[in-house]
Amino acid sequence: MKFKGKVWKYGADIDTDKIIPARYLNTSDPKELAKHCMEDEDAAFASKVQPGDIILADKNFGCGSSREHAPIAIKAAGVACVIAKSYARIFYRNSFNMGLTILESDEVQDATDNGDVLEVDMDRGEITNVTKGRTFKARPIPPFMQELIKAGGLMESIRKRG
Amino acid sequence: MKPMTITEKILAKHAGVKEVTPGELINAKVDIALGNDITAPIAISEFRKAGAKKVFNKSKVVLVPDHFTPNKDIKSAAQVKILREFAKEQKLTYFFDGGDVGVEHALLPEKGIVVPGDVVIGADSHTCTYGALGAFSTGVGSTDLAAAMITGELWFKVPESMKFVFKGKLNKWVSGKDLILHVIGDVGVDGALYRSMEFTGKPIEKLSMDSRMAMCNMAIEAGAKSGIIAPDATTKEYMNKRAQRPYKFYESDKDAVYAEVREYDCAKIEPTVACPHLPENTKTVSQLKKITIDQVVIGSCTNGRLEDLQVAAKLLKGQKVSKNVRLIVIPATPFIYNEAMKLGYFDIFLKAGAVISPPTCGPCLGGHMGILAEGERALATTNRNFVGRMGDPKSEVYLANPAVAAASAIKGRIAHPDEVSK
Ligand code: SF4
Repeated sequence: MKFKGKVWKYGADIDTDKIIPARYLNTSDPKELAKHCMEDEDAAFASKVQPGDIILADKNFGCGSSREHAPIAIKAAGVACVIAKSYARIFYRNSFNMGLTILESDEVQDATDNGDVLEVDMDRGEITNVTKGRTFKARPIPPFMQELIKAGGLMESIRKRG
Repeated sequence: MKPMTITEKILAKHAGVKEVTPGELINAKVDIALGNDITAPIAISEFRKAGAKKVFNKSKVVLVPDHFTPNKDIKSAAQVKILREFAKEQKLTYFFDGGDVGVEHALLPEKGIVVPGDVVIGADSHTCTYGALGAFSTGVGSTDLAAAMITGELWFKVPESMKFVFKGKLNKWVSGKDLILHVIGDVGVDGALYRSMEFTGKPIEKLSMDSRMAMCNMAIEAGAKSGIIAPDATTKEYMNKRAQRPYKFYESDKDAVYAEVREYDCAKIEPTVACPHLPENTKTVSQLKKITIDQVVIGSCTNGRLEDLQVAAKLLKGQKVSKNVRLIVIPATPFIYNEAMKLGYFDIFLKAGAVISPPTCGPCLGGHMGILAEGERALATTNRNFVGRMGDPKSEVYLANPAVAAASAIKGRIAHPDEVSK
């Protein structure tokens, strides 16, 4: 699996209230949620993001609440994958459970500017900054998580178990 | 057998194995699976999509519509209706509606629905509160909740444990809230990422159940998977009148392995405030000068319990809330509401000029019942001060204990309880 997209670069500790503010949580409709994705961090994001774009963040992305609305909003906004130095654990779990691709890497951030184009090669675990011509390694996805992805998410795996 | 922490022991027992090691992936039986009006609709939809017909156990799936209730608008009403109909269809023992509803993490312990030794998952990040009872409890997402509702099990990565040892005596006005704010200020908002935080020491043993819950409630604010306090005589007394099921006390072995141990001298911990926009931005109240406020909120799953209202009432007795401040008091459950009324706290709050809200999450997550406008500043006994958490993205939230909240409401600025207590 490969993705190529433009980078939206953010800092550390992007919390779920920034990803999708609670004032919009009276619905779980992905399209509605996508309209307000990242609103309190970057008001321009939801209207400008293009399908296939990539969110690149610093440490502890997705901290705060357990709302699955956060990964849902990101996915519905068309974001192909999120790359961060680390994730808050509930966000990490939710993303795998519902099939939002997330990667961990420490190096891409410093070498990448907002708007650069990144290419992500999931099979090789490589992230290439096409704009700057540099390639980085992503932290390997734990085997258990890979199994979940292969099964098509948590619910699919339960369905298969019967 | 190898030494284990309380968390490892509870997880091993629920996974049906003798021992577990941090990092290991296990499938564990779940005693209680909780959802609310924000997270359960997605879980219920996943439940149906999976073709499931019945929850694994009708008295172990608990639904509490507390966030936007009493329904703040048509959309929220529709969400709650999904829960109500599902609860009816599945004949759930524990569904709370109307005058029975309270803030979930205050309600479940109070009703004895969660008990010591449990494994509890909730599609709400502050599910970690029940660690105060000596249970392993953690927040998950809606898909996890759906999986647990169907199978009664869930996968977990056994967390490493971090031990926080408190020593000495608590200063006046210092509560569990200040201890946990102090810890978060020390380790940071991801200082306990993926880990379990175990709180121990004499001062912890002396803490009331309400204060212990305030501490474990905020473990997530350090990124932790769970917070836990070994159950003792205080826990037993609390559970005796309430427990709906038999329960079991676990404790850490003396030589259990911790990823990290930190010690705190309570003599050095003062009433603490977390400044915008992260819970780790802590200062002592005395360090903050002349910070005027527009609103004070006393409530939430952190500090909306009886002990919290009692401290506030003590300080507000015979006093008036500053003309520039709106004080909103939100008893966390109907029981607390009723007790506070009987004890005369409502008289005190009303005479002081406060608004008393029905039990709800309300302004804690910027839902309703006290939203901030652009440029406004609140001091709240809640647990998160992220950008826009209580309203406009350009508003601010400071977090503190109920005594600081009451004193600040009177003074119209962030104030130390000593300034108003005679
Ligand atoms: S009171 Fe606040 S933190 Fe607690 S469950 Fe409700 S919204 Fe969440």
